[in-house]
Formats: sequence, C-alpha cells, structure tokens
Amino acid sequence: MEQYLFGCRLEQDILDLDQTMEHLQQALNFTAHVAYRRGIILFVSRNRQFTHLIESMARDCGEYAHCRYWQGGLLTNANVQYGKGVRLPDLIVFLSTLNNVFQQHVAVRDAAKMNIPTVGIVDSNCNPSLLTYPVPGNDDSGPAVELYCKLFRMTINRAKDKRRQMEILYGLKSQND
Amino acid sequence: MSKMAASSGRALKSFVQGCCGCSSVILPSIARNVILQKPAVTVLARLVCTSSTLQRKNIAAAGPEKYTQEFIKKQIEEFNIGKRHLANMMGEDPETFTQEGIDRAIAYLFPSGLFEKRARPVMKHPDEIFPKQRAVQWGEDGRPFHFLFYTGKQSYYSLMHCLRFIQLLERILALPYCSIEEEYIQRFRRALEVQSKKQKIEPLQYDENEVAFSIGEGRRKTATATATVRDNGSGNITVNGVDYLLYFPVLQDREQLMFPFQFLDRLGKHDMECKVTGGGRSAQAGAIRLATARALLSFITENEVESMRQAGLLTPDPRVKERQKPGQEGARRKFTWNKR
Repeated sequence: MEQYLFGCRLEQDILDLDQTMEHLQQALNFTAHVAYRRGIILFVSRNRQFTHLIESMARDCGEYAHCRYWQGGLLTNANVQYGKGVRLPDLIVFLSTLNNVFQQHVAVRDAAKMNIPTVGIVDSNCNPSLLTYPVPGNDDSGPAVELYCKLFRMTINRAKDKRRQMEILYGLKSQND
Repeated sequence: MSKMAASSGRALKSFVQGCCGCSSVILPSIARNVILQKPAVTVLARLVCTSSTLQRKNIAAAGPEKYTQEFIKKQIEEFNIGKRHLANMMGEDPETFTQEGIDRAIAYLFPSGLFEKRARPVMKHPDEIFPKQRAVQWGEDGRPFHFLFYTGKQSYYSLMHCLRFIQLLERILALPYCSIEEEYIQRFRRALEVQSKKQKIEPLQYDENEVAFSIGEGRRKTATATATVRDNGSGNITVNGVDYLLYFPVLQDREQLMFPFQFLDRLGKHDMECKVTGGGRSAQAGAIRLATARALLSFITENEVESMRQAGLLTPDPRVKERQKPGQEGARRKFTWNKR
C-alpha cells in the first residue's frame, strides 16, 4: 500500500488522491462496461454500519449485494449451495475488503480462484494484491461510503440506460452480450 | 461450403457415437478461408474406445430426482381420473369421493399382509407423494430474481428491508384497531399456538356440594398417579389418604407437588387428593406433579395453558430405566477388561 500513500503525518497515513482518482476512474469504467454487457455485479462489505445502505443501493440498481456472513462455499461450491446451472457474479465490488476480524475477506481469494474480476476499496490496512482494480480510499467513514455508493449507482444506471438506448436504436435483442 | 462440411462432420460424429460406446475426436482438416467447388472433406475420426465403467454416470452424485412442473401436473390429472374410476368401481359418487374412500377402496382391492404400513399400496395426491422442489431462483438469462440471492438466506435478510420490523409488528398487534393490519402481519407468523390446542382439556365437573373439581392422570418412570383438584380449598394435599407432609418427608418431593400451583399463583386456593402407585419416591412426586398440572388445565385460561406448556409442566418425562444388554454388566457399564 506504500505506493498509494502520499505520506504519513502524526501517525496517520494519507492516501494520494491523484492516484485514487485514476484508479477510481478505471474501476468505474470497468463497472460501466460490465453493467452495459448485462453482467451480474455483487457488492460485498462486512462493515455492519453500512449494510442497509449498500443493500438498498444494490436493490435500486437492480444488482446484488452480500453484506452478511460469508459462507465458505458460496463461490467455489456454488453448484452444491444453490443448484445446478447457477450464474456466478461477473464482477464483485468490495466496499470494504476486510471482514469483522480485520482479516482479508474470503471473497477476495475466492473470486481470484473463480476468475471473477474484482473492484475493491483498499484502505491503508488492506492488501491490494488480489484485486483486479484496487481503489485506494477510506472505507470507514460514512460520507466516504455514501460517496462510493452514489458513484457506483450512477455508473450502473447510466450504463444500463445506454444499453437500453443502443438496443432500441439497433434493435438488438441479444442476451449473451 | 464450409457449413456443409461442418454439418456432414457433425452427422458423422453423431453416427459414430450412436453405433458404439466410443467417443470420437473429429478434426476437420480444411482451412476455413479455402473455397472449394465440391465438398471434399477429409475428416479424421480417431476412435477412442473407453471402457463402460468410465462412461457410466455417477448416479448417486446427481442428487435427488428433480420433477418438472409438467410432470407433476400430469400426475395430478392422472390421479383425478383414477379417483373417478375408483369411485365408479366401488359404486360411489365420483363427485363426493374423499381420501378416506380412496384408502378404503385401495385396501379392499389390493389386500396386503405386509406389516410395514408404508410398504402397502397407496394412492394419494401427487403433492403428498412427490417431495416439494424449490422453484428455480433465476431467470432465463441466469440473473437471480432476488437481490440478496447470493447471501443464501434471501428471505431472512430481506426482512430488514420490509417497511415494518419485527418489533413494530408485535407492537402493532398490541394496539387497538390492529385487525386492519393483522392479516399482513400474520403472513410472517408461523402458527406455533397449534401445539397448545392439542392439549385435551377435560371439562370441569361439579360434585354434590357444588364444588368444582377436575381429575388428571400422570406417569413418571413406573409410577402412575391420579389427582383430583378441587376448587375453593385451602391448599390441603392428601396422598393415598395420608397427608403430603408425612408421605413425602423430603422437601424436594413436596416442591414438585407445589410447582403447578405456584406457577399459576393458586397456592392456597385448591385442595388436592391423589392416589399413586409404583415407582420410587421421586418418580411418584413427578407423576403427581404431571397429574396435578393436567387437572388444573380445566381451571385456567388458554394463555396460561400455553405458558404451562412452555414451562414444561405438561410434558410427560420420557426417561425410563434403560435395559441391560447381553455382554455388559448394566445398560452402559461393561465388564471389567482383562488383559488375558
């Protein structure tokens, strides 16, 4: 995480917001593309303060959320857990990569195992190595998480609207894209 | 051109697979951008013969059989038609033929001497025979319907997103005019009260002096007790004609006797007279306690019945002395182990 830090003052790590800006743009761009191509986006966060906010945001977008206890075989043992022919998420967005015990969330590793791209907000105590699009940022404070929720919601809604427009324009009814 | 080549290649593959249990690997040896006048296809088919054991599907790992909606619908239609035929055969009216009639008819037409009732021929509605299958949770494109599907417990976690929470539900039912919303709230409730309705409450009986009394029976280990609880009393308890203080010198047994009255706050209001046989000291006390609790059911309200049931006063204790097994000294104790 040192590369993402601007510096340290009074034992408080300061993130470099220019880098955050670039990473965030890339991450949002990727999310928009996934949403445009009708992918399943799963929002994960184990921060109990924001569970309700994230779940409501996911419901409004039309995407999915998992802010509860993560059972071990959800991604890796999906056929047994849910039934045959489940479609796994095409993108997992972590609004906080740590779980309640301040260890890395199991889903990060599982998504890497199942070849699912991940976008994650990494704080200064997180490990960004397994995420495809890490976004250095604060995952603890209310205004920060609300900002992220707002940005993701905006991106996904815009992507879906654009998709609908293109479908109407070109009369596409393909379901595979 | 290439389409014809591909289709003939596929036809060859399916033909090969159909005739023998071998898998074939087909390598079309034509480059796609070559335009041919005639479909000269050189398709190499490598026959890979595998043994049948490798190809046999692991049936056990597939899980329980899945029944489709159409299959169940067809079964229901067949059941209804069969029901009418059966009614015709037995000479009864097909319109008013009940399940008991079906059971009687089947027992008559297919008499079976099997001891296991579940092994005998049975004709029931398909919903009772085929296990309920969970409906598929996702649409054609694979996207799940519920936004919390990936948590595993979607209906449980989605309750927090309802307009009303559980505490509010309870509070609403306590307010006046609750009947308006009662139906919505009942959807979340499971009928646990059904258990208390299974208690058979004997009606109160009145003896010569117009005093209400009720009789209850109880058993514990090998002791059986019959208790008569009378109203307008002052807390006298008589066991087998003897005062309870003399019959049960131990405090613990007397506490067991008093527990039902104490629970209902009716300590000095009833008289009790009981007969008890069998068992030991503690077993007799437990038997009398159960008998008293059952006798008191006639005197109290339904809510109190439910609270008594939850306190465990109405549950007969199923523990009995475990039998001794051959090769062991007691029920669990083994013989002393000798090295030689």
